[in-house]
Amino acid sequence: MKKYTYTEKKDTRSGFGAGLLEAGKKNPEVVALCADLVGSLKMDAFIKEFPERFFQIGIAEANMIGIAAGLTIGGKIPFTGTFANFSTGRVYDQIRQSVAYSDKNVKICASHAGLTLGEDGATHQILEDIGLMKMLPGMTVINPCDYNQTKAATIAIAEHHGPVYLRFGRPVIPVFTDPDQKFEIGKAWMVNEGTDVTIIATGHMVWKAIEAGEKLAEMGIDAEIINIHTIKPLDEEAVLKSVKKTGCVVTCEEHNKFGGLGESVARLLSTELPTPQEFVAVNDSFGESGTPDQLMTKYGLDSINIIEAAQKVIKRAKK
Amino acid sequence: MKHTINELEDIASQVRRDIVRMVHACQSGHPGGSLGCADFFTALYFEVMNHSTDFTMDGKGEDLFFLSNGHISPVFYSVLARSGYFDISELATFRKLNSRLQGHPTTHEGLPGIRIASGSLGQGMSVAIGAAQAKKLNKDHSTVYVLLGDGELQEGQNWEAIMYAPHNKVDNLIASIDYNGQQIDGPTEKVLSLENLQAKFEAFGWHVINSDGNDMDSIVKALHYAKTLTGKGKPILNLMSTQMGAGVDFMMGSHKWHGVAPNDEQLATALAQLPSTLKDY
Repeated sequence: MKKYTYTEKKDTRSGFGAGLLEAGKKNPEVVALCADLVGSLKMDAFIKEFPERFFQIGIAEANMIGIAAGLTIGGKIPFTGTFANFSTGRVYDQIRQSVAYSDKNVKICASHAGLTLGEDGATHQILEDIGLMKMLPGMTVINPCDYNQTKAATIAIAEHHGPVYLRFGRPVIPVFTDPDQKFEIGKAWMVNEGTDVTIIATGHMVWKAIEAGEKLAEMGIDAEIINIHTIKPLDEEAVLKSVKKTGCVVTCEEHNKFGGLGESVARLLSTELPTPQEFVAVNDSFGESGTPDQLMTKYGLDSINIIEAAQKVIKRAKK
Repeated sequence: MKHTINELEDIASQVRRDIVRMVHACQSGHPGGSLGCADFFTALYFEVMNHSTDFTMDGKGEDLFFLSNGHISPVFYSVLARSGYFDISELATFRKLNSRLQGHPTTHEGLPGIRIASGSLGQGMSVAIGAAQAKKLNKDHSTVYVLLGDGELQEGQNWEAIMYAPHNKVDNLIASIDYNGQQIDGPTEKVLSLENLQAKFEAFGWHVINSDGNDMDSIVKALHYAKTLTGKGKPILNLMSTQMGAGVDFMMGSHKWHGVAPNDEQLATALAQLPSTLKDY
């Protein structure tokens, strides 16, 4: 198992804030919109640098999506910012008609996704957003795994023409990817090459997959770990290549097991290479209040759950 | 004036013929609101707006128009074709398979003149505000126009946008309301009353003007006057009284023709009331 270490923990939303500032410096057409959550979205640096390119919308997310769509018509590249719940479910029809169907170059940037939002509870913890967004034709869906990857992804989506959903989170987590990485939309990152089982993880679950991989190695199981940061378009080649080698797969995501990364992988494999698969995901449930760590444990999203899923799927594959 | 009022009325008559013929041909669509807004669209595209039929999505240096109540697509398509965005023969494809003239307007099929999809109500005002703010950032002194249905104001997103525009001094925006008092289930008074729209918009900080949307002279004057009000710190609302079905006597003033196509006999009756001033498509 390749060794991954970290010297600091940071939140992915701060990666977004840093990336937004840099994207803004690179391209004067980049503008930002926020629905009364500037601090949470870490947009302060962008606003300070480019006050005239920032639009405070107030608590009116539907209007924010519409204004963003309109801004693209004048050649702007709008980045909207609010919590993932208010970025997707609340404004689904606005995104569907004014952004996706209208092919508008809007970047929907969503913080506080999933359970790790923590104490605010289920009203704010969306676990359905990947599904909602990936079902929209033409929508790119990205869920980066740490500060550095989120920053790189934010810069990359400014250079990509088309609607994008960028999903990130609230808590501080290990920073373990390359600070100078080049982010390629739709390209999987090989975290660790292995032969016994493929572990495919996205977002906060990538670090947990690494922890699981280390423990599995101690048990004599050689896990291949792949980071799928772009859920749509899925890097099908990378998934198929790995699964051909290992013969079984575990998918890991901080999302409902319905509609997420796991289902995208299952859809691919069921047609191309039917393979035993286990899902480490929320079991069709809402969340609740608690600390991020408590919630990840209670809802089965810890490294131990990945280890158990790997053991189980290897057994199934051997039958 | 680019055209006399009489010339504009003649164009509007042809637009009305197009509308009833398009809706009749596919036996679906929304003639009522389309007929009611024929004069407004004609005034806007043939007289008021500075626009180019050499279509670009960003429309830099041009006035832009957004249709929020997308179901009145027949009038939009007719006026776009009649002003030269695409050939009038394409009007015959309205609502048919493989057409660029979808039931509700869309950018998806690449029809020149359309900059946003609309149909699901309540979204156009926000989009127009965004386009207007982009113009300001681009130091483009053109004007952005948007048309909304009155029943559509029951959608909450409008009020987010109506609150936002004055706060942010979006004063290069002229919104018009197709104030016909009708919606699918009946008069707006009965379905969900709009109460005093002028007072409501003024309370939000808009400059409100009134016009008769079925009187060409009134609507042209109102839109020219509205233009003089731009750049003064407030968004402008043209509260435009219209009659659903205007120009066809048996369709006028009732919600019943909101989304019903005329049969052959009704088409003949309607066309007899609408002189063909340009060539039929």
